[in-house]
Amino acid sequence: MAKYLLLKHYRGAPAAVNDVPMEKWTREEFDAHIQYMRDFANRLESTGEFVGEQALSPEGTFVRYDGEGRPPITDGPFAETKDLIAGWMVIDVDTYDRALELAGELSAAPGAGGKPIHEWLELRPFLTEPPTIME
Amino acid sequence: MDEAQLRTLTPIVITILGRRGADFAAAEDAVQEALLEAVRSWPDDPPRDPKGWLVTVAWRKFLDAARADTSRRLREERAEGEPEPGPASTTDDTLQLYFLCAHPSLTPASAVALTLRAVGGLTTRQIAQAYLVPEATMAQRISRAKKTVTGVRLNEPGDVATVLRVLYLVFNEGYSGDVDLAAEAIRLTRQLASQINHPEVAGLLALMLLHHARRPARTGADGRLVPLADQDRALWDTRLIAEGVAILQAALALDRLGEFQVQAAIAALHADAPTAQETDWVQIVEWYDELLRLTDNPVARLNRAVAVGEADGAPAGLAALTVLDPALPRYRAAEAYLRERAGDPATAARLYAEAARSAPNLAERDHLTRQAARLNAELRRC
Repeated sequence: MAKYLLLKHYRGAPAAVNDVPMEKWTREEFDAHIQYMRDFANRLESTGEFVGEQALSPEGTFVRYDGEGRPPITDGPFAETKDLIAGWMVIDVDTYDRALELAGELSAAPGAGGKPIHEWLELRPFLTEPPTIME
Repeated sequence: MDEAQLRTLTPIVITILGRRGADFAAAEDAVQEALLEAVRSWPDDPPRDPKGWLVTVAWRKFLDAARADTSRRLREERAEGEPEPGPASTTDDTLQLYFLCAHPSLTPASAVALTLRAVGGLTTRQIAQAYLVPEATMAQRISRAKKTVTGVRLNEPGDVATVLRVLYLVFNEGYSGDVDLAAEAIRLTRQLASQINHPEVAGLLALMLLHHARRPARTGADGRLVPLADQDRALWDTRLIAEGVAILQAALALDRLGEFQVQAAIAALHADAPTAQETDWVQIVEWYDELLRLTDNPVARLNRAVAVGEADGAPAGLAALTVLDPALPRYRAAEAYLRERAGDPATAARLYAEAARSAPNLAERDHLTRQAARLNAELRRC
């Protein structure tokens, strides 16, 4: 088994096919979208492939150390920041192909007009523990 | 009785329930519940006959569950009518559990989870922790696996190779969590080897013991990976090495060579060398040739190229490497190593950095980054 991160962007990913911002959807369209995501996660739990998921607020702050005894420096948020992560789901699957298949399915969540959004999701493998046998 | 001993009783008790008429899925659930109860109550009130206690409690759990489930009424009546079985379980029966849990219809991850629970006696929570997934996810994985093997007859002879692959996977997962999966894999393979005389079972057990023997030397005090050549060989467990070598020799004497025996032979040659420089690389290359005859595995080809580099010099190793697919895992790392040995530290440093970027795990990535940094520092000095 291998763990993968499915990364959803507010901004920074290539444009989706059905690229209508959420606030312009109808309530029914929005509800259908949420239900799709929920069903997807539940189904992955029942197949033994679900690890976790979390959504993120679009507002964030950059933080850095500013020397011994001083409070950290903060900056932002930057409206022009290229990447803006919206949330993630972690899955644990047998193969890379299965991870691709699931990412494709998640990208098909319905949006405006009830049609699949076809949004771009970023798929990133986790670094693991080293195997016992390496040579 | 400690937890490990308790767990050895798991497959035996499942088998006894099976002979009394319980189907595998229900028997397995009942035994798991009985184990949890044993963990709770035995410390204050240890039973005189642990196995008898587990059989009684598991059987009661099974009947309770069967009663609660009206659709099982017929089966329950039949089961309650069954006579008490004899006291002892024959080992042959638990062997069938190994085959069932590694059944080819299961995905590797499902087979691993089911084996750890039904044969290993681990709880769902322990298995979930070991594989870093939520308990609910692991519970579903196990319950689906049990559904998949429903209908498989326990007396069908299985293929031992499928069982060995599952045990190998468990061993190779290592020891990241609370449960020492490497030690657990050794325990289960030992148990299997005591029930079946098969050279590859022995080969796998030898391979595991020989690698396990090196475990204290594999990581430094700060948790960093120590490559084989740099390991402090005084830390190797000589008792495990001796045992692994003896098991391997007995297996090889049967003259039915298989991939695990060959891998164990390679591990034994490493174990046998007092220093890395004294390693018998010529023989190791011969064993890799043997391995490639048995399984044409690209990773084995890569390892062979590195061994050729040690036996016949880095240029020969690089020549063996260039015919392979550069997309192979650890290809760049192997190339970096051989380039440095061939006297080209600048190329080696670049390749190590490249290898680090595609490393499949953190420990290896850090190790490769350190190698690049070491070479770059040397290059700056001259």
